[in-house]
Amino acid sequence: MTTATARISRPGRNAATPSRNARSRERALAWARRAPLLPALIFLIIVTQLPFVVTLIISFLNWNSLSPDKTAFAGLENYATVLTDPDLRQAIFTTILLTVSVVLASLAIGLGLALLLDKKFIGRGLARTLLIAPFLVVPVAAALIWKHALLNPTYGLINGTLTWVWSLFGSGTPPQTDILSQAPMMAVIVSLVWQWTPFMMLILLAGLQSRPMDTVEAAQMDGATPWAIFRHLTLPHLRQYMELGGLLGAIYIVQNFDAVFTLTAGGLGTANLPYAIYQTFYFANEYGLASAAGVVVVIGTIIVATFALRTVFSLFKKEAAR
Amino acid sequence: MSTLTPAAPRRTTTRPAAFIAGPRRRGKSRMDPTRNNTAAGIGAWLLALLFAAPVMWMILTSFHSENDAATNPPSIAANLTLDAYREFFGETSGVSPWPSLINSATASILSTILVLVLAIPAAYALSIRPVKKWTDVMFFFLSTKMMPVVAAILPLYLFARTVGALDNIWFLILIYTSMNLPIAVWMMRSFLAEVPVEMLEAAQIDGAGLLLTLRKVVAPVAMPGIAATALICFIFSWNELLLARVLTGVVAGTAPVFLTGFVSGQGLFLAKVCAAAVVISLPVLFAGFAAQDKLVQGLSLGAVK
Repeated sequence: MTTATARISRPGRNAATPSRNARSRERALAWARRAPLLPALIFLIIVTQLPFVVTLIISFLNWNSLSPDKTAFAGLENYATVLTDPDLRQAIFTTILLTVSVVLASLAIGLGLALLLDKKFIGRGLARTLLIAPFLVVPVAAALIWKHALLNPTYGLINGTLTWVWSLFGSGTPPQTDILSQAPMMAVIVSLVWQWTPFMMLILLAGLQSRPMDTVEAAQMDGATPWAIFRHLTLPHLRQYMELGGLLGAIYIVQNFDAVFTLTAGGLGTANLPYAIYQTFYFANEYGLASAAGVVVVIGTIIVATFALRTVFSLFKKEAAR
Repeated sequence: MSTLTPAAPRRTTTRPAAFIAGPRRRGKSRMDPTRNNTAAGIGAWLLALLFAAPVMWMILTSFHSENDAATNPPSIAANLTLDAYREFFGETSGVSPWPSLINSATASILSTILVLVLAIPAAYALSIRPVKKWTDVMFFFLSTKMMPVVAAILPLYLFARTVGALDNIWFLILIYTSMNLPIAVWMMRSFLAEVPVEMLEAAQIDGAGLLLTLRKVVAPVAMPGIAATALICFIFSWNELLLARVLTGVVAGTAPVFLTGFVSGQGLFLAKVCAAAVVISLPVLFAGFAAQDKLVQGLSLGAVK
């Protein structure tokens, strides 16, 4: 592909800047190619990489902004605290639980919805639009709606519906739930699954629709059961789409702050690392500790990412062969 | 469909036996996607309504009075009113959400423009006239998106506090630009990669200069992609809460920040919360549905067409 573009770019260049020295011309050409890339690259390095280097430095300091005179080099002390402090350890565990459960559940439900939407039925376009809607509610607003309009134990829609259904059968004592205080983690997970399922569904539906139908037809001709076709043809084809959806979903859900902050304010074991770090530096003013926790998140992300990136790369390579 | 079936006998010999469930053979396709499927339709519609129920409930409740909003069982058929919207826009409290909405619009629109200004040339250098090792550059961009915001937020906060950029919308705009830039580069690259090489070659042979090529060949193909990228970046900026909460305050606070401080916890406020959620979600709903046919390609960073 480089050769293809080189072919088209050279004649024009040659005509514009006739150069005697072939090597310096090559170099100039390489820089002409790089030039459009540089502003974005430099901007991104300054705004994202530089701060992270600072975070790395602060993570080795004992720095509480309330007592700045005690600021000193702390070595690995902050890291030891992150890994031994019960709250922060809980936050690490919560982050993993939250990310894994939301990604897996929304992938599973998204797969089911994509399989249904892959069939033809009346009003498919409208059903698809309705299914995308949860993804297009501002996350804070969605969390507020879940907290007050759906999960509120007194007048939330879930308990309201229970009362209504039970009254249909003449019962005055419907079961009532209080998920927010009894299973707060569940409340956070459910609201996030609700928001992220449409995302997974869209990616998997695109995957389904790119499935080569002739193989499926052939399998049917051979008398393969729908399950066998799903298991041996559809699922392997969808695998890379599931991995892609899982990776992208995980990138966002690991960093989730809105749902935890709004639904439970990090209470009852629902504080994930982003929330815990926010608390540690914004309210506890423990800059060193917060930075160490931030570095731990990055290390965790790198471990996951090296596996995940390999997947994206395999998907990407095919297309890059252009 | 029927035109594809002649291929079947050839495949029979190559397919592993695992696909063959038994002696039963069906002449007719059972999974023909063009066939109307009532069972799948009913299932999909039930699930679609279940998923949309919270959104529909939010919209309905926003048009109810506070007393009708907070009942058990729910009063679905209660009288409709605009009271909650009047309350949200500060009729009795005098606290207007407009400054925060304008801040959100400013931050989202300006950061999106900045993102496009930086991402389009970068994507050009990664697709149409690619640099060497352009895949490495792509993965560098993606890796910056993988770094959680919390790992950089403290230095950003300290820097802003030191230079007096706290509670300044321009600082937020720069941060949002960096937040969306990697995604935009990936999206734009995939859209620019759709420009046919033959068309670029033809333009070169005809002696078209760079600007003319960009305007006449690249732009028409890439325009829908640029629009979709812009809409998705707008959505991410509009939705952002953590950075806005840490970096802004009374002056530059965005709509999500306003929303978090909006619930007083006193008295009935459900209808008002729903009205607020509707107003704040409207731009995202519009942007999302406007980008609907490019949404998948955009959100999957161009990996899925």
